[in-house]
Amino acid sequence: MTDQHDNPIRQAITDAIAENEVILFMKGSPEAPACGFSARTVGILQSLDTRFAAVDVLPDPRIRQELSELSQWPTIPQLFVGGELVGGCDIVTEMFETGELAELLGAEQQADVSDPAVADGATLQIENRLS
Amino acid sequence: MPDAASIKARIEAAIPGAKADVDDWTGGGDHFRATVVAEAFTGLSRIQQHRLVYEIFGQEIGGPIHALSLTTISP
Repeated sequence: MTDQHDNPIRQAITDAIAENEVILFMKGSPEAPACGFSARTVGILQSLDTRFAAVDVLPDPRIRQELSELSQWPTIPQLFVGGELVGGCDIVTEMFETGELAELLGAEQQADVSDPAVADGATLQIENRLS
Repeated sequence: MPDAASIKARIEAAIPGAKADVDDWTGGGDHFRATVVAEAFTGLSRIQQHRLVYEIFGQEIGGPIHALSLTTISP
């Protein structure tokens, strides 16, 4: 096991996932996605009027490396809801088409009446934006 | 460089009874999409089904295989 105290990036990712009900790790930003798969996933979340935190993995390759080790998922984007990995672009698209994603996010939104916490980008050394 | 035929063969070899259809999405030898039908997926979540396939390729995903888009089907 990795000692998280010795691994600030891993800890920052863990904290960001815990603190944000809906969080998307992506290439680029929601305003300027840097990959078609990230763009499509952002588009789906926006079409559902979902409020989500976004982390750009591109500024530091260690973000992606640590994230994939943590999630056991090799590709970007990665969507987490309620601290759990939902999937990447393929699964998000499939769940959107079947209505499962709206159900998942709708239920979460009702359960979470307060504003979602915004991770502190400076402390986390990872870039955070709210859509 | 990976090609669709070798990715198909590796999936079918690694997951007993699996049938995979793989195509090279862009023709560039690095973006692939695969539809995999396997009894092994029965009872697994989508995440777990996709992980079974991704695990075959390990570090190659995101490396030589830039993207492997998956549809997994439990027969």
